[in-house]
Amino acid sequence: MTENTAETADESSDGGVTATTGAATTTPTTPPEPVIRARDLDVFYGSERALESVDIDIPEQQVTAIIGPSGCGKSTFLRCINRMNDRIDAARIDGDLTLRGTNVYDAAVDPVALRRRVGMVFQEPNPFPKSIYDNVAYGLEIQDVEGDHDEIVEQSLRRAALWDEVSHQLDSSGVALSGGQQQRLCIARAIAPDPEVLLMDEPASALDPVATSQVEDLIEELAEEYTVVIVTHNMQQAARISDKTAVFLTGGKLVEFGDTDQIFENPEHQRVEEYITGKFG
Amino acid sequence: MSGDDLEAALTTRTQNAPSELLSRSFFFLCAALSIVTTIGLIALLATEAAKFFTFSAPLVGVDGATAGIVEFLTGTNWDPTNGSFGVLALVSATLMVMIGSSIIALPLGLGTATYLSEYASPRLRSVLKPALEILAGIPTVVYGFFAVIYITPALGTVLPGLSKFNMLSACVVVGIMIIPMVASISEDAMSAVPDELRQAGYGMGATKLEVSTGVVVPAALSGIFSSFILALSRAIGETMAVTIAAGSTARFLNIIDPGAYTESALPMTAAMVKLVKGDVTGGGLAYRSVFAIGATLFVITLVMNIVSDVIAHRFKEEY
Repeated sequence: MTENTAETADESSDGGVTATTGAATTTPTTPPEPVIRARDLDVFYGSERALESVDIDIPEQQVTAIIGPSGCGKSTFLRCINRMNDRIDAARIDGDLTLRGTNVYDAAVDPVALRRRVGMVFQEPNPFPKSIYDNVAYGLEIQDVEGDHDEIVEQSLRRAALWDEVSHQLDSSGVALSGGQQQRLCIARAIAPDPEVLLMDEPASALDPVATSQVEDLIEELAEEYTVVIVTHNMQQAARISDKTAVFLTGGKLVEFGDTDQIFENPEHQRVEEYITGKFG
Repeated sequence: MSGDDLEAALTTRTQNAPSELLSRSFFFLCAALSIVTTIGLIALLATEAAKFFTFSAPLVGVDGATAGIVEFLTGTNWDPTNGSFGVLALVSATLMVMIGSSIIALPLGLGTATYLSEYASPRLRSVLKPALEILAGIPTVVYGFFAVIYITPALGTVLPGLSKFNMLSACVVVGIMIIPMVASISEDAMSAVPDELRQAGYGMGATKLEVSTGVVVPAALSGIFSSFILALSRAIGETMAVTIAAGSTARFLNIIDPGAYTESALPMTAAMVKLVKGDVTGGGLAYRSVFAIGATLFVITLVMNIVSDVIAHRFKEEY
């Protein structure tokens, strides 16, 4: 693993992932630094290559969509960002992946501390079998977040557009909610500790159309405060909600990355155009 | 296929074929036999216990022998050859075995389950889990001798005043005996917790310990409680190990006094063995007291099973 110190030396000491206090995201100073930057990122599962030489700069406070056919490595890339791939013994990562200048695969970085700064929402809604309140407060509890937890829980549920539906039943079980409500509860849980980045792995694929549209609206609103990286197999969804789009194609290669409008209207690569127009995938 | 052929094919009755009817009867008999046996046992216990409580003839050579249900349930002196049938002396010893063995087995069993389910590599688990289940298959008489030959002398070096037969050894050995049960059933419950919940925990920045204790254990709580209750029932019903280790002197002990555990006592099951194996001859009041103890034991375990069902239902998590 090589350090790209030339680009990140001035950023390496502050705003790092090991900091436990939430660095407030103020208006970006010039020039806007990418929140997440990958350089020559390779991932192998055993001898199988899942990602190949990925270079990407993910901007702050925007929705970046990652699309591509099944098995293209889009979820793998997402799980590199918060090191969820560490749970897979056979996974091996090469190259650089930095979060605000800190290499997340640096030996000094604790994956637990990293995940406290990078929230994640999964494909299947996975609320804990606890009360709605305890679900949202979970991150606050384990991270010893200071402040009024009641207030943070309410705020998070409001931001997740769930407060009006559950404010009278915070003590009832989170798993008793509908699928769409469960997913919004998981989003509230993820944003409660105020992470730097919110990762979403096909968050709407298990939801019905109405719930999907609620979650999509929510993602667009969240981008006003958070940097959102969303994996989706639904190209219309990517076109609707994202500012930037990254297209991974078979073999774990990032083929094209740019503004969503440009990718969908005028892609540079023939293969990307074929994928987007539904010729394969 | 013509209409007639199709009609013939569709109206062939397979449900009433002889093999279907015969197998249905066979499986019904299997089910019926176990139910009838259980009902028969309960009926035997109830009628024989009733005979004990209504026994009118005085014991030979004993004055004022009584066997009323109130005296039986509230008496604290157990001396069947002299006409004292205070079952509380036996119940106290049984409860001591239950409490003492739980203190050992529940934490260790749950710890073992947590290790196997959350920490051990799949390879290690595939070796340890069967090994644990073998431990559960060792005859309990072996555990009894193990208690007398190893545990009691070992405890004696720490507690000089320890009787040769004592409740502490019985508790320790029964505790060791029921660890595999707690561990195995709890591990099943914890392994059944979907990985999505662990991912949710890790994704929130939880440590392995926080995921294991704060996510997996609560999600598996109903199964863990079931394992606890089953283990307690096993401890209450355990016979051979406590008969050998606990001694044969019936005495009413204070179950919450740690000092009481160094003494010998007679749990309910051991008292039944003692009665059947030689204290008394058939037909007398003392002999019938076996069924009264048995009925009491049955009611205790029945209540525990009901409590277990209620608790398991109350804590049932829909993950």
